[in-house]
Amino acid sequence: MRRSAELRNHGRELHHFQRRLAVSVGFVTLLFCLLFARFFYLQVSQRDHYHTLAEANRISISPVVPNRGLIFDRHGEVLAHNYSAYTLEIMPSKVTNLEATINELASVVEVSGRDRKRFKKLLGESRKFESLPIRTRLSDVEVARFAANRYRFPGVEIKARLFRQYPKGEGASHVVGYISRINTQDLKLLETSGDFANYRGSDYIGKIGIEQSYEKELHGITGSEEVETDAAGRAVRVMSRNPPISGNNLKLSLDAKLQEVAEQAFGERRGALVAIDPTSGDVLAFVSKPGFDPNLFVDGIDSENWDLLNNSIDKPLNNRALRGLYPPGSTFKPFMALAGLELKRRTPQYTISDAGFFSLPGTRHRYRDWKEGGHGSVDLHKSLVISCDTYYYGLANDLGIDKIFSFISQFGLGKLTGIDIDGEVSGLLPSQEWKMKRHQQKWYAGDTISVGIGQGYNLTTPLQLAFATAILASNGTAFRPHLVKQVTSSKTGEIRNIVTEPLYTLNLNPDNMAHVHKALVDVTRPGGTAARAGAGASYSFAGKTGTSQVIGMKQGEKYVESKVNERHRDHALFIAYAPAEKAKIALAVLVENGGHGGSAAAPIARLVLDYFLLGKLPAGAALETGDDGEGVHD
Amino acid sequence: MTSSARLWHYLTRYVDNFLLVGLLLLMLVGLLVLYSATDANLSRVSNQLINMLVALAIMWLVANIPLQHIMRLAVPLYMIGLILLIGVALFGEIQNGARRWLNIGVTRIQPSELMKLAVPLMMAWYFDKHEVTLRLRDYAVATLLLILPLLLILRQPDLGTTLLIASSGFYVLFLAGLSWRIIAGLLIVGLGSLPVLWAMLHDYQRRRVMTLFDPTQDPLGAGYHTIQSTIAVGSGGLIGKGWQQGTQTHLDFLPEKSTDFIFAVFSEEFGLVGNAALLLLYLVVIGRGMMITANASTQFTRLVAGSITLTFFTYIFVNIGMVVGILPVVGVPLPLISYGGTSMVTMLLGFGILMSIETHPKLVKT
Repeated sequence: MRRSAELRNHGRELHHFQRRLAVSVGFVTLLFCLLFARFFYLQVSQRDHYHTLAEANRISISPVVPNRGLIFDRHGEVLAHNYSAYTLEIMPSKVTNLEATINELASVVEVSGRDRKRFKKLLGESRKFESLPIRTRLSDVEVARFAANRYRFPGVEIKARLFRQYPKGEGASHVVGYISRINTQDLKLLETSGDFANYRGSDYIGKIGIEQSYEKELHGITGSEEVETDAAGRAVRVMSRNPPISGNNLKLSLDAKLQEVAEQAFGERRGALVAIDPTSGDVLAFVSKPGFDPNLFVDGIDSENWDLLNNSIDKPLNNRALRGLYPPGSTFKPFMALAGLELKRRTPQYTISDAGFFSLPGTRHRYRDWKEGGHGSVDLHKSLVISCDTYYYGLANDLGIDKIFSFISQFGLGKLTGIDIDGEVSGLLPSQEWKMKRHQQKWYAGDTISVGIGQGYNLTTPLQLAFATAILASNGTAFRPHLVKQVTSSKTGEIRNIVTEPLYTLNLNPDNMAHVHKALVDVTRPGGTAARAGAGASYSFAGKTGTSQVIGMKQGEKYVESKVNERHRDHALFIAYAPAEKAKIALAVLVENGGHGGSAAAPIARLVLDYFLLGKLPAGAALETGDDGEGVHD
Repeated sequence: MTSSARLWHYLTRYVDNFLLVGLLLLMLVGLLVLYSATDANLSRVSNQLINMLVALAIMWLVANIPLQHIMRLAVPLYMIGLILLIGVALFGEIQNGARRWLNIGVTRIQPSELMKLAVPLMMAWYFDKHEVTLRLRDYAVATLLLILPLLLILRQPDLGTTLLIASSGFYVLFLAGLSWRIIAGLLIVGLGSLPVLWAMLHDYQRRRVMTLFDPTQDPLGAGYHTIQSTIAVGSGGLIGKGWQQGTQTHLDFLPEKSTDFIFAVFSEEFGLVGNAALLLLYLVVIGRGMMITANASTQFTRLVAGSITLTFFTYIFVNIGMVVGILPVVGVPLPLISYGGTSMVTMLLGFGILMSIETHPKLVKT
């Protein structure tokens, strides 16, 4: 009985268990169906959604920065080019302790104090999420050493980049300018000009000089790449590519060798020289001394170098040729002489008797000639050759300010020349209207007198003076001065000239012109103010010296160069063109605090003309020859 | 009988062929997926192959042990496991913020792994001993046997293992006939105690639960795993991107892709069709386990076989559920496919017991 009960019990229990097992099977099946339903939902219903997400995960579109256009001189010498090198870059947003990271990096690659300062400066100016270079131009050994230690430095990466280089260094630095990293101010400009999209991925932008004014030509068109990236954001492979279009190459009108001759002719002196081809407006040389090394700016200049450049009393960053304002002094006289002839207030034969001063009729104020006691009897020719002031005091008075202004402004003085780099200042050719507007004063007859010898309110830039000289040299044909001669399209190879047509031509009497030309040629001949500089010239060398006062002299006071503080000495000026009968080059030279134009400025002009016209190098000049095409990218 | 035939007989005497084929197929799938998940890292794959061979050998050994011996081991195994767990709580080594390991001089062991089998064995042993007169008190004692190690493991903390052992113990209770009313009561008590449990959870565990409901809340932190694995599965589509062609996998968007999240790799590359096939294969193994359970002759073997089979299912469900974003992220591997030796051995040890139950002469209670 007990046994059967047990058996029955056992059977019932087994039945019970099997029911539970069946429930379990149902439970398993149910949950597997649930899983399958979820699979179906994800992989069939929502497949497109997740497919999109997966693609978005892996594909990113990244910009491909175009190679910047190259800059050549008129003979094809390289003035700005690109080379590729490795940089070590830090993404500040991905690094928690910058200081510690840089210290640790210094144990792997060399990081100088200068690098640190530069980095700090960049950090202050940088855009968000930008990767900033702590070191540039890494050697192969350093690249290898960092690569081996890379795991220690999240947020630090080695990148191969194209760098801008200016092989001439200080040479032509004010012309070529430089590029530097895009800062927040540049960004704003890009946003307003609508070029922002084209600068996605670009780190650099032209800041001054041609690099700035031809930024649109040089930058090129940014391409794009569809890149497959992994979870860490590293590019795995390129899926498709829309190649960038390189920037256009620029051929300058500048002659690099001539530029070098001119720069060396200045030596350590401060000043400017602008040489223009009067038949085309080509700027052949454009010197502002001292210069600076534009290469310092490319990756962000360190504060030490910046202070050195910015605080120097020589103001090397100031483009004197473009922005320096100086009274033209006696270089103004040829234009006055021509005005006298053209406006029929003077004939070549008209002679004055120079006692060494000029007084307005009915006044006792004496406008003194630079030569005590005067030059005796002076006609137009002599007035230019010996630079007689008294002659021009009288002429100015006879012409009156309105005529002086309207005639001479045709030569571009007191106006922007429209040269193709930014920042030009307009100078000043005074007029009655100007004085009323600026000083709320009427014009006095006395004001006109000093204007006649290029002093008074007169202010001009060396560029304007050179432009005016070029117009004079070409007998009245004005071409817009330009530093870039041609733009070569990198896409089509098409060459475009910047200036082809003259701006205007003045209707000048050839006889009058001939008188002025002859007088200016005699300036550089024995008896002239630039006789020494002109000695032995085998071409007809027309020139005019000038001296412009830095400090005013009181009535009766005498200027003695040796007694005046060096920085208060007169500026030396010289304008020239040659060959006078059919000028190929016209120029203006300024030597700051150089003293007299004939002794300080004219010899520089002579060296430049000798080289340009005869190919003659100055004695002792060691010019670089040949270009090093090393590492040039286009 | 030739000697080779005798050897074959000797080797296969206690092996369940049906189960073995199912397991081997799953392992083969595992190796293929691992090869892809590790970006064709042959050393990882061969490591895993060695894990499999060791685990298979252990399975064979266990399959050869008659049930009486295994049953005799239940109590000592449980006691040793419990002592070791206390040892862990007192002297355990901390790794990744959890105290799970015990250094016993020669090597480090994880006693919670041992308990995955020891707990159901112990509970089944207890029910077997009190088979004739099962009362409510017996269920209470068995529950106590379950809860004791659970609390210790939850403290470590190890949510995944706690969950698995809890379910293996629950399966024993359920199969032993725990009344539905009590189950319902337990459920209510369980739900009621959720706030208490919530308070006991560690921050990271809470985050895991929270992100289950909204993974986008923390897309780069706790939610990242689920978001990326869901994208992998979904973008696999109907037929998948092809073996070794998964972009989520090969561009490193998938975390833990050779261990806990290996299913996402499989699913991305083989799609819905592959998933269905894999579920079917698992179902075959589970089905065989159920058959063995149904055929088992004693209370002990029935309960043990049932619990092992259902726990195997639990692994699969929890792992896949986590990968497809319907369960929180807990550290549960995908059986026979995830990379790792320990879980492979535990898993095949269980199947060794199943085979032993099926192939040894059945004891009929007299």
